[in-house]
Amino acid sequence: MDMKVAKKKLGLKEKYRLMTRDLGWEPSYRTKDEVFPYVKYEGIKVHDWDKWEDPFRLTMDAYWKYQAEKERKFYAIIDAHAQNNGHLNITDGRYLSALKVFLQAISPGEYAAHKGFSRVGREFPGVGTQVACQMQAIDEIRHAQTQIHALSNYNKYYNGFHAFADARDRMWYNTVARSFFDDAMSAGPFEFMIAIGFSFEYVLTNLLFVPFMSGAAYNGDMATVTFGFSAQSDEARHMTLGLECIKFMLEQDPDNLPIVQGWLDKWFWRGFRVLGLVSTMMDYMLPKRVMSWREAWEIYGVENGGALFKDLARYGIRPPKGWDDAEKSIDHMSHQFMLGLYQWSFGTSLHSWIPSDEDMDWLSAKYPTTFDKYYRPRWDHIRKLAAEGKQFKNFGLAKLCQTCQLPVVFTEPDDPTMSCHRETSYKGEKYHFCSDGCQHVFENEPEKYVQAWLPMPALFREFEGDVGAWMDWVSLRDGQDNGDYVGSIDQRNFEQWRGLATSNT
Amino acid sequence: MTVAAIKEYVGVARDRVETFNGKQLVYASWDHHLLFAAPFLLYAAPQMSFRELVGGPLAALVQPDPDGAAIDWTQVEWLKSNQPWTPDFDRSLADNGIGHKDQIRFRTPGLTSLAAA
Ligand SMILES: [Fe+2]
Ligand SMILES: [Fe+2]
Ligand SMILES: [Zn+2]
Repeated sequence: MDMKVAKKKLGLKEKYRLMTRDLGWEPSYRTKDEVFPYVKYEGIKVHDWDKWEDPFRLTMDAYWKYQAEKERKFYAIIDAHAQNNGHLNITDGRYLSALKVFLQAISPGEYAAHKGFSRVGREFPGVGTQVACQMQAIDEIRHAQTQIHALSNYNKYYNGFHAFADARDRMWYNTVARSFFDDAMSAGPFEFMIAIGFSFEYVLTNLLFVPFMSGAAYNGDMATVTFGFSAQSDEARHMTLGLECIKFMLEQDPDNLPIVQGWLDKWFWRGFRVLGLVSTMMDYMLPKRVMSWREAWEIYGVENGGALFKDLARYGIRPPKGWDDAEKSIDHMSHQFMLGLYQWSFGTSLHSWIPSDEDMDWLSAKYPTTFDKYYRPRWDHIRKLAAEGKQFKNFGLAKLCQTCQLPVVFTEPDDPTMSCHRETSYKGEKYHFCSDGCQHVFENEPEKYVQAWLPMPALFREFEGDVGAWMDWVSLRDGQDNGDYVGSIDQRNFEQWRGLATSNT
Repeated sequence: MTVAAIKEYVGVARDRVETFNGKQLVYASWDHHLLFAAPFLLYAAPQMSFRELVGGPLAALVQPDPDGAAIDWTQVEWLKSNQPWTPDFDRSLADNGIGHKDQIRFRTPGLTSLAAA
């Protein structure tokens, strides 16, 4: 009879050594520089890759087990949501616009992050780093997939979800997120880590995911809450990786400090511009609001961000250069952007609307120094035009920022009545920007940003201004996906189906 | 360095004038009139006269503003690339020095219907 011999269980530390550090080797046929050709050109000096700490010490076998368990739970809930007409539990059909923004602008960013981490996992020489990047690459593709699957249920019933990939690549309000990721993915591995691992995951995640996920919870959207929960434990790992990377660079060599600081300045500002979409979602698109964008900024930006930069001060890091300009724009950006979305809504794959009296009272309570003074008069006038049967459509389109690609809806930091005009010439071409922050980013690397594919000029360059042809190309179905929520097919269907579900008539 | 790269790298500007089918882009904005969320993006032939640009697309676009009909275009103050500038209405955009992607601005002191309350 064979005796069962209990297999010796490995300790966590031992396991990490064997299943991570031991996977590396010293190349002998090729030099290290040949195997890792992209790790030096950015100017970051590394003396000892083994100093890279992974506080999670997660090994691939354990990772696989955790993730599989989360997937099982996630799909069970998503199936139940679909079977029980979960889409009718949301507070109002207006809420769908928040989901459309998420699916068109943010989920493809998850996929881009996946591609980026796959690449830098190959480009970094340290084995601890490689494994951590590999796990994050798998996380990010899982995030993209779970989000697309969760929201596909809404696509069965509502417009504007069907062509999110085209919308992501070609639609003017999404290219801010697209260009953010394209910029990061075409940078070197260290800059990518600052852009995504640190700025996006560590500095901005709370301002991005928390509002969407709590917005979903407040508005009865179980599908989104579920993918939010499923991603949450991954995000803790991502934030740690980002912070570890920045500390690693700063500890390896004092010459790294100015390079890292430059990237922080750049990626804070680029990320802040992406948040313009989020601010609008929070202040305007949630039928049941969680908190104002201003309140979120106070908690996650000022308090958390402030504490982080205080912590990094011992390495010589100062808060990002655009911080003060960001603060000055907080009470304006959501209003400026929503006014844009509304007046260009003939060209959006989501619905927008004129805020109701109740909405406007909420906005003036949350923005006591700005809303009534600057923005209410504009909405009142737009409402008057609509009452006269003249919905305000601005066919003049918009000047876009060469760097962040947003329409220049922003005003001078110290004069909210004056549109911010910034321009420069480079090799005989004119370039325009929405802010000093974006102009600085351009001027540091003009050869990169002169190539920017800007969606509104493309309408004329590629379609000679033919809006119908452009709509086909962005997969926008005129009269279905675009325009005012009031009178839309989404509104009609949501109200009718909800009526059937909640009454006898 | 004009871009961080492993070797000499030269970008090709995307929005060069020759890619715009014989026409050009012109940006135009009306100072302190922010009902219009951003400066307008106009698409025009360089041979178009300044009068046509103003009387055609620009005058039409500003109509939704309550001050739109009250603009006296002969009294408007102009800026080009943020510097005071005087256009010649009868000459072409090209002759007025309005190049591809130039930004023109105009001011109408006294017209303040939707200005800060
Ligand atoms: Fe993610
Ligand atoms: Fe993440
Ligand atoms: Zn910008």
